Amino acid sequence: MEEIMDILKELDWSPLFISLKTGVVATVISFFLGIFAARKVVKASPGKKAVIDGILTLPMVLPPTVAGFFLLLLFSRRRPLGEFLFDEFGFKVVQTWLGCVIAATVIAFPLMYRNARAAMEQVDVNLIYAGRTLGMSEVQIFWKVVIPAAGPGIASGTILTFARALGEYGATSMLAGNIPGKTGTISQKIAMVIQDGDYLTAGIWVAVVMLIAFGVIFLMNLISGKKMKNVGRW
Amino acid sequence: MSVSVHIRKQLDSFLLDISFESEARRIGILGASGCGKSMTLKSIAGIVVPDEGKIEAGGRVFFDSSARINLKPQKRNAGYLFQNYALFPTMTVEKNIAAGLRGNRAETAARVKKMAEKFQLQGLEKRLPSELSGGQQQRVALARIMAYEPDIILLDEPFSALDMYLKDQLQRELSEMLKDYEGTVILVSHNRDEVYRFSEELLVIDQGKIAVSGKTKEIFENPVSREAARLTGCKNFSRARRMDAHTAEALDWGITLHTSGEIPEDTLWIGYRAHDFVPVWGGGGENMLKFDLESSAELPFEQNYYIRAEETVCWFVQREKMREIEEKGLPDYLRLEEEKMLFLR
Repeated sequence: MEEIMDILKELDWSPLFISLKTGVVATVISFFLGIFAARKVVKASPGKKAVIDGILTLPMVLPPTVAGFFLLLLFSRRRPLGEFLFDEFGFKVVQTWLGCVIAATVIAFPLMYRNARAAMEQVDVNLIYAGRTLGMSEVQIFWKVVIPAAGPGIASGTILTFARALGEYGATSMLAGNIPGKTGTISQKIAMVIQDGDYLTAGIWVAVVMLIAFGVIFLMNLISGKKMKNVGRW
Repeated sequence: MSVSVHIRKQLDSFLLDISFESEARRIGILGASGCGKSMTLKSIAGIVVPDEGKIEAGGRVFFDSSARINLKPQKRNAGYLFQNYALFPTMTVEKNIAAGLRGNRAETAARVKKMAEKFQLQGLEKRLPSELSGGQQQRVALARIMAYEPDIILLDEPFSALDMYLKDQLQRELSEMLKDYEGTVILVSHNRDEVYRFSEELLVIDQGKIAVSGKTKEIFENPVSREAARLTGCKNFSRARRMDAHTAEALDWGITLHTSGEIPEDTLWIGYRAHDFVPVWGGGGENMLKFDLESSAELPFEQNYYIRAEETVCWFVQREKMREIEEKGLPDYLRLEEEKMLFLR
């Protein structure tokens, strides 16, 4: 016990803040991109739908290291896009916190997109028709009718996205690396200390991750539970 | 206001090919499930797009494939009442009513208040649709449509999911609420009582085509087509062979019918409503069917007899007429009255 307290006193908390920051930013980006993509896909023709859906879901199915490989190919400063971003805007992706965010977003995005899409497809199409005959614009119908009706599905998509972004390891380690205080996330910290055989520190970080994960899910359930009080229990 | 609809649309199993014009304020469309009647209504509202044709209402062109006109549903000003009412589940009653309204906040609020009063929704403004009864939901749906001041109102099977008691109550409420509405109302239903009660003019649709159209009462009296007769509630049909202008053989009933009036030349079927038979005790005669009981069923307010023939014939007797049968026993013959016979295509 005393040993744990000693470690806690000395502990560098930066991985927690880096992970939380990355998770929140990646979730916010995925939230809007995911809803946007879901809307496009729901409206697309069946053939187009299959192709776009395949591409958007790929990062979820592929090993994160494969995603990391492609991200490196894209954003490396020795590549056209990476060079362009750095020369024109001064953006550096590889080995930076921006890289953390991009890796986490790419990996977590499909969860948001898939859940949002499933929830939107469940929305009674008559609600949309009713909105149209009542003279509501398509944008109004989307934000005032579809999104609220798809609320619970979108909420659960957001939870999963945040959880996934928070714990991203493979793609992050390849794109952003593990620079303490800069890109060193909790997952990478755990992997690192275990390599040093420091199970106690690893355990502390594991506990932290579990606490956050449980807290987030508990909070979300509370929110969506309030809204869904009319849904029956069985 | 006049409505004119001429549309064609290829559906999964048949071609929807509807063409009608009407000046009536209350139009009914009667048809079996999946006959294309709902599709017709959705085409008028602009929710589905026909393959070709032209739709006009009150002098405004909604759709004209040859002129490449297809007005958005938002621009048609057609109120659509869905079978499940399609109230926005996450909006309160007042938000639902205000959903399609333009104008500033004060105007909208005033309009919502007026509608809530008119449709007896005071006190329910802050409730969600899931917290309302079926009747209240219908009133909110109508208030929402009326707030928007539509030129035409389309009712898509508004009562079909309700039990009998509620159905009658909501039908009365709906007629009451639509009484002072000046525009055209089109009701789609598979229920003959609903359309009879509601509409001045009637279209009967079968397999995507109009079987008959005209004044509602006249269609019920003389349905002309077999499908129309069936949908208006006729239970008994027999193949017919017209011998001459006053004689026809009812092949499935095994009898020959004689009439003083003329039998139409294109008669293929004879129909006879189950309530219209006259019981006869003793010897047979003209236009009579031998009473050969196959089975019977007792219902709360009537007795149903099923008489053996090539096609079983139904005879429904209302409670108050049962006394005679209880006294004299089952009849020997059933007589068909000439003015009740339906000669059908």
